[in-house]
Amino acid sequence: MKLLYFAWLRARIGCAEEEVALPSGVRDVAGLLGWLQSRGGRYSEALQNLSVVRVAVNQDYVGREHPLREDDEVAIFPPVTGG
Amino acid sequence: MIRVQREDFDVGAELERLAAGNHRIGGVASFIGLVRYMGGGDQVSALTLEHYPGMTEKKLAEIETEAHRRWPLDAVLIIHRFGQLEPGDRIVFVATASPHREAALAACHFLIDWLKTDAPFWKSEETPTGERWVDSRAEDEDAKQRWAEQA
Repeated sequence: MKLLYFAWLRARIGCAEEEVALPSGVRDVAGLLGWLQSRGGRYSEALQNLSVVRVAVNQDYVGREHPLREDDEVAIFPPVTGG
Repeated sequence: MIRVQREDFDVGAELERLAAGNHRIGGVASFIGLVRYMGGGDQVSALTLEHYPGMTEKKLAEIETEAHRRWPLDAVLIIHRFGQLEPGDRIVFVATASPHREAALAACHFLIDWLKTDAPFWKSEETPTGERWVDSRAEDEDAKQRWAEQA
């Protein structure tokens, strides 16, 4: 799957985009966030407070229970501040 | 119509074009968002707007569709800029045209409230001590809630 990071999450993780294989045992957004935290280092630091983390799958906002598939585009970012 | 662009826009020309040739239109409402000096501490020299290409256009198009569903509108235009901007620069432009002013004014207000919370843009400010990401405001979420439809 393709993972995208925006704003301060991109800056803290130090990466805008990466391809990862859907980790075994990860079924939904909550599982993916937990897996990313478990990668340690910049990931666990950036994703310390999940209450300020929003997720979009295939360019739609989703909740933590949203199921994931191998060919999904998953974007992870802070609350938006446009306008 | 949705436009996501780096360049500035000509407000007069855009408004002119919006209503040109359609004599059903009785009113045009518009909103222009500007980069303002945030005050409180560090001087902000510039602002950078990051966005999620693809999702930005998708969300703005959905908001436009929702406005058309709620009000009788003849034309809608949303322009949102990205990239580096300075205080005083235009960031966002929303314009609506309708046979009647109530629909044009309400739809314009609705569009700017919704895009604040739904369009994937993020502002970062350049300060003497480095980059600072702007926090989201609870008031923006409250402003969107005022448009919640009664079940």
